Amino acid sequence: MKKRVVITGLGVVAPNGVGIPDFSEAIKNGVSGIAFFPELRDLNFSCQLGAQPSISEEKKREYLSDLQLRNFNSSGILYGVIAGMDALKDAKLEPAKQEDEPLWDLGIIFGTGTSGVEKFREAIYRIDAKNVRRLGSTSVAQTMTSGVSAYLGGLIGAGNMVTANSSACATGTEALLMGYEHIANGKAQYMLCGSASDHGPYIWGGFDAMKVTTYKYNDSPNKVAGPMSSDASGFVPGSGAGAYLLESLESAKERGATIYAEILGGAVNNGGQRNGGSMSAPNSAAVQKCIKDALLEAKVSGSDIDYINGHLTATIKDPDEIENWAIALNRKGGKFPYINSLKGMVGHCLAASGSVEIVSAILQVHEGFIFPNVNCEHLHPKITSLIASEKIPKKLHKKSLQTIAKASFGFGDVNACAIFKKI
Amino acid sequence: MTSEEIYEKLKPIIKIYLPDDISANEINKSSDLTRELNINSSHLVDIILDIEDVFDIEFKNEDMEKMRNVNDAIALIQQKVSK
Repeated sequence: MKKRVVITGLGVVAPNGVGIPDFSEAIKNGVSGIAFFPELRDLNFSCQLGAQPSISEEKKREYLSDLQLRNFNSSGILYGVIAGMDALKDAKLEPAKQEDEPLWDLGIIFGTGTSGVEKFREAIYRIDAKNVRRLGSTSVAQTMTSGVSAYLGGLIGAGNMVTANSSACATGTEALLMGYEHIANGKAQYMLCGSASDHGPYIWGGFDAMKVTTYKYNDSPNKVAGPMSSDASGFVPGSGAGAYLLESLESAKERGATIYAEILGGAVNNGGQRNGGSMSAPNSAAVQKCIKDALLEAKVSGSDIDYINGHLTATIKDPDEIENWAIALNRKGGKFPYINSLKGMVGHCLAASGSVEIVSAILQVHEGFIFPNVNCEHLHPKITSLIASEKIPKKLHKKSLQTIAKASFGFGDVNACAIFKKI
Repeated sequence: MTSEEIYEKLKPIIKIYLPDDISANEINKSSDLTRELNINSSHLVDIILDIEDVFDIEFKNEDMEKMRNVNDAIALIQQKVSK
């Protein structure tokens, strides 16, 4: 018998708000974290916009010691550590004391796409200058994929599985489902899950070269055509981290924890880069199967879904995603659930997108609201031919939500879909 | 440079790498860096790099192996700066 799993803590470091109170306020008001970066202009980027969280030196010192911050140059680890520690604190759990045993029942799955690119760059310059000995002791920990989970593991004293998953833009959603399975199968009581992404030109450059980012709004960062818009011309690259403390329902009840939502289940699959799927594009049949499998696993039907937190990136693939949801849920027109995408406000946070967006979805189901889709006054005609435009709120919509779905799709034709329920 | 002068310059370098539960007052010339001052052994390479910067010298792999306590460090530095 599988254990029921709930979320009892949240943490977020988003371009439009750091910490749950600020982020919650920002998403309700459609506040954008997208900005112009002169550095990207000077480097000849096509898209000179980006989205990155704002963290003061003082804030850094609340989470990391002076020694840890010495030669520290990994924005993703900083974001992940802040979001992860905030989620733990939000769940009212304490790290193990220095002299105590590790917390054997607490594990961590914190994913990244690539970690510490700036630190890696620093190291490569030194190595090429025949100065490898000058790297010091900090290069490995700051550039390994498991950097965030390793830092968090030490700060918390986690004694269960501490690892990092990596599945491109589906990383955060996959991390949640891996943590869910671990608790459901009785292997841990708590799992701190999430994902993080560095900011800056070295992580964003590859996307710029692929022309999947938008070059049309460098002078007007507040007007970037959002997801589902007919003018959508590519995404704005983002960064940050989202984290959630997963816990068995029985444990949460026993300690009287605040329960944000129950994870009913989910699915992770792959389109095999077949039938329209490729390294960078999804196989629609696989997307539909992933959503249907998630519903099956969660033991709900398509008609139960009140709201969808889409992957929706503001690229030409948005109409396909809507069609895939419509087919998988067997709902269209006015019968389609409400749907929104956070990417209009925070850009595409890449490996962090799934986790930052899951935090936004959980806040909506917990508090009963749907945040506005920004800059999509003119919806894509294929989208309005599939679903009613009022299902894509452009203003804050207060509404009690019961069962919601979140999906993320990523390079490598990876798909992940999770179903949550208010409890 | 006298060993006393070296020691005064060395103390603030070591202090950076002390764990939270060890105070700078506990540093003395006979302190074993990893066993008594509880410095994480991976930080020994950072201490050496900081020493190189402050004293404008360069350590060899064999020198690093010899550096167990504060006195060892002082002796190694003295040897290098006098060259």
